Amino acid sequence: MKKMLTLGLTAVMAISLLAGCGNNGNTGTGDNSGTNTATDAGKNTDSGSGKKKFAIIFKNTGNPYGEKMMEGFKKAIEEKGDEAILKAPDQPTAEAQIQMIEELISQKVDSISIAGNDPDALQPALTKAMKAGIKVSSLDSAVNAQSRNTHVNQADPERIGRTLIQGVSEMIGGEGEIAILSATSQATNQNTWIEWMKKELEDPKYANVKLVKVAYGDDLRDKSVSETEALLKSYPNLKAIIAPTTVGIAAAGKVLTDKGLKDKVKLTGLGLPSEMAEYIESGICPWMYLWNPIDVGYLAGFTAEALVAGEITGAVGEKFTAGSLGDKEIVADGDGTQIMLGDPFKFDASNIAEWKEVY
Amino acid sequence: MKQKEWGEPALAITQSAVQPAAKAAWSSSFAKFREIGLLAFIALLCVGVQLRNPSFLTWENINDIATNTAILAILSVGMMLVIITRGIDLSIGATLALSGMTAALTVKQFPGLHPGVALLLGIAVGLVCGAIVGLLVSKVGILPIIATLGMMNVFRGLTYEMSGGKWVSAHQMPDSFKQLATGTILGINNLIVIAVVIYVAAYYFVSYTRTGRRVYAVGSSPESAAVSGIKSDRILWLVYTLMGGLTGLAGVLWVSKFASAQGDTASGYELNVIAACVLGGVSIAGGSGKISGIILGSVLLGILNNALPMINVSPFWQSWIQGMIIVIAVIINALVKRGINRNNLMRRKI
Repeated sequence: MKKMLTLGLTAVMAISLLAGCGNNGNTGTGDNSGTNTATDAGKNTDSGSGKKKFAIIFKNTGNPYGEKMMEGFKKAIEEKGDEAILKAPDQPTAEAQIQMIEELISQKVDSISIAGNDPDALQPALTKAMKAGIKVSSLDSAVNAQSRNTHVNQADPERIGRTLIQGVSEMIGGEGEIAILSATSQATNQNTWIEWMKKELEDPKYANVKLVKVAYGDDLRDKSVSETEALLKSYPNLKAIIAPTTVGIAAAGKVLTDKGLKDKVKLTGLGLPSEMAEYIESGICPWMYLWNPIDVGYLAGFTAEALVAGEITGAVGEKFTAGSLGDKEIVADGDGTQIMLGDPFKFDASNIAEWKEVY
Repeated sequence: MKQKEWGEPALAITQSAVQPAAKAAWSSSFAKFREIGLLAFIALLCVGVQLRNPSFLTWENINDIATNTAILAILSVGMMLVIITRGIDLSIGATLALSGMTAALTVKQFPGLHPGVALLLGIAVGLVCGAIVGLLVSKVGILPIIATLGMMNVFRGLTYEMSGGKWVSAHQMPDSFKQLATGTILGINNLIVIAVVIYVAAYYFVSYTRTGRRVYAVGSSPESAAVSGIKSDRILWLVYTLMGGLTGLAGVLWVSKFASAQGDTASGYELNVIAACVLGGVSIAGGSGKISGIILGSVLLGILNNALPMINVSPFWQSWIQGMIIVIAVIINALVKRGINRNNLMRRKI
């Protein structure tokens, strides 16, 4: 019985190994199973004929936000009549993404768009991809400037940071203590937004708004709840919490609901409409912001297309047309370049009912 | 050789609640010392935190700590039983997510359902998961760490598959379900009440029932347990199934408490539970572990989770401190255990 099992498993493994090899080589000996439909296209080393292949790697599976993004990406690629390859590792680690990049290099895709789990750790793999002639762009979470052609920024970090402070100041009447509940202390996105929030706070009109603490909930429910509770106890005069992450803002919403602090502490930030619908409808969170992830993916799709077609190279000042989003321009971003989607979108009691069904 | 085999179960008995009076005085006072040490450590920690943040020892905060620790404490009971049998269960984070997701999807579909039914459903899912793991460990004979590592991925995958990668959010859950975790009985939060009930039942089980004692026997010395006619495989199956059932319960409570079910709910949480057990003096080598110990272990972890954000340590130091405390506790455990063993040997010579 056990022997049979072992034999069976070994056979399965051997076959999958063979199938994997078939993908790299150009022989295609018929033992390719269903997963490798891309092999045929991969054999066309002369890129003149056949569909081009555009890959996207998100941070991890099971994230509805990432799925919407990939949906938008697929839509853009298919509008151009090419093939989209959607990938995401089980765990949000850079190691898992490196492995996927290696696979895509050997599959000879034309472009890789990636939401990086680490800004620097992916550099060797992505540089290797670029050397192999693959156009690399990042979206959502940027990778460092050396390992990409350009980056698609879901929203201007400056606009997000400033909008959040403007929003919170309006909620508390321009006076009082505020705190930030972020994701991990290493999260690229959140840290940039927090920097911009601090810059906006330097404006004299916020003289009476005091940022007392930046807490990190690590995007874990239990930790975010503990951090929120600690904020409320350590700063009894706290007027508002800004949580620029969906797990954080929902956890904070739950704590404020359970403690009955609706009128005492306001909540805003960035969150998924479906997660936040409950708290926006109940008034715990008067309003919050987010971009449209479908549009992020869609713009990333057109960016990848433009890079592969040679319309843009990723240099500052170049322009291209991104389908229904209209014309976009590449702007500088530190050492590298990026493309901005635009201002964050405001979700409040008036539109949340419609959006909570979307994502 | 003979002596050793007979010595270990005897130790297990003296270490647990049933204490033969005068004879065991030496070793039991030694074993108790560790718990007192842990208690003193907790007290010291509380005083230290209180000095830095006066809102720490307030009724509200103590209530928060207890509520936030309840789920961890419930899981620790199951994990203690598993570890006593020389096993380990890495699949509980995934089982928790699976049962929580099942319950969440059910109440989403049938908002009129009594929350008790959702609770039972979650427990049932957990029991099935636990029974499968138990079967792999006891009947098929796969090492617990391998079997549970494998099933961890199976259950996690099932959770993603079942939910289609989507979350179940607060607005999709009826209020009655969310009140499972926020409601109170006689002014005490339901989660705390449930945890206390489970601890009382578990104390009775490990101390006063034949099956409970057999769990220790199997862990102390599987060979002598077999010789004395204990069906080890049944005991193993039982502890993993119990672990599953408790995890299922914890899953529903988790989802109700946070009003959200994600595919990656409680990912890696099994390590916290194992840490709570180890802190509480449950020996990974099997055979020993006390209910009072895991209460202290869970409470210490709960206090750490609550206090570290309150004393304004940088997030980098938080993990460091947590890790150091666990390592120190394990070192003390090893030292004390060596002391007890030496003590036992000396006694036998005379």
